[in-house]
Amino acid sequence: MALETVALPHLPASLPVHVALYRNVENSVFLRQQLLAGNADFEYALIDASMILSRQHAITAIFRAVNDYLNNRLKSRNVHSEIVFAFNPTNNIADSFRKFGISDATKDLLIVKVSTSPEISHDSIAAHLKDSVQGTLVAFDSETLSQISDVSKIKKQYKLGALPSPGAQANGAQDDSIKRQLELSLLGAIALRGS
Amino acid sequence: MADYKPPPLPSPFSFTQPAPTLLTQGAEAHLYKTVSLDPSIPAALKIRPSKPYRHPILDRKLTRQRIVQEARCLVKLIREGVKVPALLALDWEGQGGDSGWGGAWLLMEWIEGPVVRVVLEQWEAWMKQNSSSLDEAQRAREEDRVRDLLNRMGAAGAEMWTPMGLLWRGEIVIIDLGLASQSTQDEDRAVDLYVLERAIGSTHPRSEALFDALLQGYRESYKGATSTLKRLEDVRMRGRKRSMLG
Repeated sequence: MALETVALPHLPASLPVHVALYRNVENSVFLRQQLLAGNADFEYALIDASMILSRQHAITAIFRAVNDYLNNRLKSRNVHSEIVFAFNPTNNIADSFRKFGISDATKDLLIVKVSTSPEISHDSIAAHLKDSVQGTLVAFDSETLSQISDVSKIKKQYKLGALPSPGAQANGAQDDSIKRQLELSLLGAIALRGS
Repeated sequence: MADYKPPPLPSPFSFTQPAPTLLTQGAEAHLYKTVSLDPSIPAALKIRPSKPYRHPILDRKLTRQRIVQEARCLVKLIREGVKVPALLALDWEGQGGDSGWGGAWLLMEWIEGPVVRVVLEQWEAWMKQNSSSLDEAQRAREEDRVRDLLNRMGAAGAEMWTPMGLLWRGEIVIIDLGLASQSTQDEDRAVDLYVLERAIGSTHPRSEALFDALLQGYRESYKGATSTLKRLEDVRMRGRKRSMLG
C-alpha cells in the first residue's frame, strides 16, 4: 500500500488530493502536538478514522472543504483544518476537531493533504509521512473503513439516532441498504452545513 | 434557437472534464448530467443561474433560499427512507461569470428511468390501440403511495406535475423538489392533490378516470388521509386559491 492520490472530478487538476489511511498508529500524541504547535511541516488533515463510515463519506467532506477553499470562504485557518471541519454537521469548529480530529488515543488515522503549491508533490508527502507516522499503511477503501468505523459514535455526532444501524441484521442485501441510507444521510448533512 | 448558449457554469464545474451536458432547462434552473465525486458514477447537476435582471442582493437571497429549501427537503426525505435522489453536494453561492456570482447549484444522485409523464403518454398511445388494460390501476396506486409518503413527511410539493415523478425499477421516485415546501396542513395537501388531478386531467385525459386509484392508494398508505380528502372536496368546489393572495 502507498499514499493514494485522488483526482476529484470537478476540481482543477492543479489541486490533487493525497490520502493515506493508517492503522495501529503509535505516535498519535506526537502528531497531535505538532498540530497544536502549529508546525507548518505537519499541515495535514488528521482525522480519526473511526468517525468515517466509508470512502464516499470522506471524499464528500474533502470536496466540500476544497470547494470552499477555491471560492475563498474558509471558516478555519487553512484547507486542511477545513477538511476536518467539513466532517462536522454543525458550525462549531473546536467541536469538530475534538470529535473528528486526531486525539491522543487515536489508533486509526486518515491523513489528507491538498497540493496547494507545486512543491507539495506525491513523493514529498509520501517521504515525509513515512518518516513521521508510526503505523501500518492500508488501502483507503470502504471495506477497510467498515472494519474501523464506530457507527454508533458517527450516528450520535450526526444526530441520526433514529436510523437503523448496519450490522444488526443478518440479511446481507437489507444490511447494504441500511448502510447506504446512513451514508447518504451523512453526505446530505455535510453538504447542508451552514445553510 | 440554434445559437442559444446556456450561462457559464459556476465554479468548480468550469473545470469539469468532460464538461457536463445540458439535459433540460426551465425558468429557474438548468439540469446537467455529469459525474459524481466518483468518476464512474453519474450524477445530476441542477444549477439555478443568477438572474441579471433582478437586483443582485435580492437575486442571491432568493436563489439561496430556494436551493437550500430543495436540498433540505431531499435530505429530510432520504433520512425518512423515501425514494428521492440523494443530495451529494451543494453550493448556494457559486462563483462564476463576470460579476463573481454565478448562481447556486446542487449535485444529486442520478436516477435512470422514464418520467411518469412519458410512461403515461406511452400508455395512452397504447390504450388507443388496445383499450383493455388493468395495469394502470396498480401503477397509479404505486405512484400515489410515494406521494402520500411525501405527505406524511410533511413535505408538500406546491406543484407536482407528472414530469416530476420518475419510474425507477418499478418504483416511483420524485426527482424534482424545486418547489417543495414543508407543511402539515390539510389545506396544502389537498391543494397538491387537486393540482395533480387537474394536471393529469389536462395532459393525460385517458388517465383521468384513474385518479380514483391514486386517491385509493393515498388513503391506504397515509393515516391522516380522511380529513385531507374531505378538504379536497372543498378545494374542488372553489379552486386552489383560498387566501386569494399571490
